Amino acid sequence: MSILVYVEQAAGKIKKTSLEAVSFAFALAQKTGEGSVVAIALGTIDSQELASVGEAGAAKVLHASDERLNAGVIQAHASAVAQAFQAVGASTLILAKSSLGDAVAARLAIKLDAGLVSNVVELPRLQGGFVVKRSIYTGKAFADTTITTTKKILAIKKNAVDQKVDGAKAQVEAFAVSIAAADFASKITATERATGEVLLPEADIVVSGGRGMKGPENWGMIEELAHTLGAATGCSKPVSDIGWRPHHEHVGQTGVKVAPTLYIAVGISGAIQHLAGVNSSKCIVVINKDPEAPFFKAADYGIVGDAFEVVPQLTAALKAAQ
Amino acid sequence: MKILVCITHVPDTTSKIQFTANNTKFDPTGVQFIIGPYDDYALARAVELRDQTGGTLTALNVGEAETEPTLRKALAIGADDAIRVNSFPKDSFFVAKQIAQVAKDGGYDLILMGRESIDFNGGMVHGMVGELLGMPSFSPVMKLDLEGTTVKMAREIEGGKEQLEAQLPLIAGCQEPIAEWKIPNMRGIMSARTKPLLVVEPTSQETQAEASSFQLPPAKGSVKLVDKDQVSELVRLLKNEAKVL
Repeated sequence: MSILVYVEQAAGKIKKTSLEAVSFAFALAQKTGEGSVVAIALGTIDSQELASVGEAGAAKVLHASDERLNAGVIQAHASAVAQAFQAVGASTLILAKSSLGDAVAARLAIKLDAGLVSNVVELPRLQGGFVVKRSIYTGKAFADTTITTTKKILAIKKNAVDQKVDGAKAQVEAFAVSIAAADFASKITATERATGEVLLPEADIVVSGGRGMKGPENWGMIEELAHTLGAATGCSKPVSDIGWRPHHEHVGQTGVKVAPTLYIAVGISGAIQHLAGVNSSKCIVVINKDPEAPFFKAADYGIVGDAFEVVPQLTAALKAAQ
Repeated sequence: MKILVCITHVPDTTSKIQFTANNTKFDPTGVQFIIGPYDDYALARAVELRDQTGGTLTALNVGEAETEPTLRKALAIGADDAIRVNSFPKDSFFVAKQIAQVAKDGGYDLILMGRESIDFNGGMVHGMVGELLGMPSFSPVMKLDLEGTTVKMAREIEGGKEQLEAQLPLIAGCQEPIAEWKIPNMRGIMSARTKPLLVVEPTSQETQAEASSFQLPPAKGSVKLVDKDQVSELVRLLKNEAKVL
């Protein structure tokens, strides 16, 4: 039996979160003694890029190069992955949580009659059943969940495992899929994506600004700090509600949930709804002029001071240290 | 046009989460339950579309009797009638099966719900219902307009959005800014009391991945404050102590 990993691409590059999913599958295969890891990749991707998926732990990459799969057409992707699952005779499917991954996983759970757990935060335990730890209540708690079906699907959260980088190149194999026209019936008519920036849900470092920034015209210093760190920029809900920043930057309970290594919050008081979106961060730094801001209670490091003074100094100090 | 909107009954976003019975049950003490915030967006848009098309809008919840005030609130906001599938929502597969059955029996053209519940955050039920019914499913949907039987949507993707076109019937998991939350008015609250609320028993008991025990995250240590005139000290700590740079 093998473990199959659905890897996503963006503009021909395999997404980093998908490589983490491959590494998760590799560690799981070692734990269960269950043969090898096979990845399925869809759409136009060059063979070098596909082979490099091996570095994260895949022995083989199946490639369905049908260019209609370049776009994330949910039903078509689900059908293609289901065919790969059957062809490989896989027991388990691993994928990274994402807007496309979640949608595809849900349909696959029914297609494959597989028990599905999302927001998985660590490798399953195998004593007393297949027990998966997942994040619930928007990061405020965890649940141990026992999957009772033979086939299983795990949608993993960012940072559930460290990405493996020392594997050998994978064997790349063309994989023919046959997808019904009905699966392509819904059309993606346009895609708008911020380019040349680090994407917020996948970022290792995030710099967010709140109402303490006083206006959209002051975001330059947030962007400069983020740029210095190779970080993505985020914001609090009030900031996206008033339109200072686009909605896809809203971090929190009803916005993007991030799990970076480092989260820097500038001028954000730390309402419980905002904390729900950041509580999976490894390290939190809070910069706020109000020493009573509740965010300090959730932070690892803090500076009580005026953002307009502290942020440029921090950017300068980081540049000096590089 | 028949619209079905699925509602979760979940703890208010400010709730302190605690467990009881040796960490095997959620502790509802002092917790206020609400319509899931994402479901609230779905409901608001559903009310607008019902008004636009002159159709009907049914609100559905899978839950025990305690969820009825939440369903009544959906009626007060504008649903015409409600259905409660009388069971604890055991896992997403179980819930999807119940919704699919109700949807099949009712012949709905459009099924809306939140992108995810804010208790278990799975975000999987809409896709499962879609596959069970052989309908397309989309999530997270931030805009949804009807033009005849064509549905024009915007779906949020990492760092941006996708514009989509699909045909009815379909299912969408919704999020802001698809519509503004609606607050029930007095007339709505009064009429909600007498609108029909049908209770049905689950048609299947099948589950695939039930939660068996719960844990809270480890308590956070106290914050280490750095003087605002010693910003380089913060850089040193992040590098050498936290090792995150």
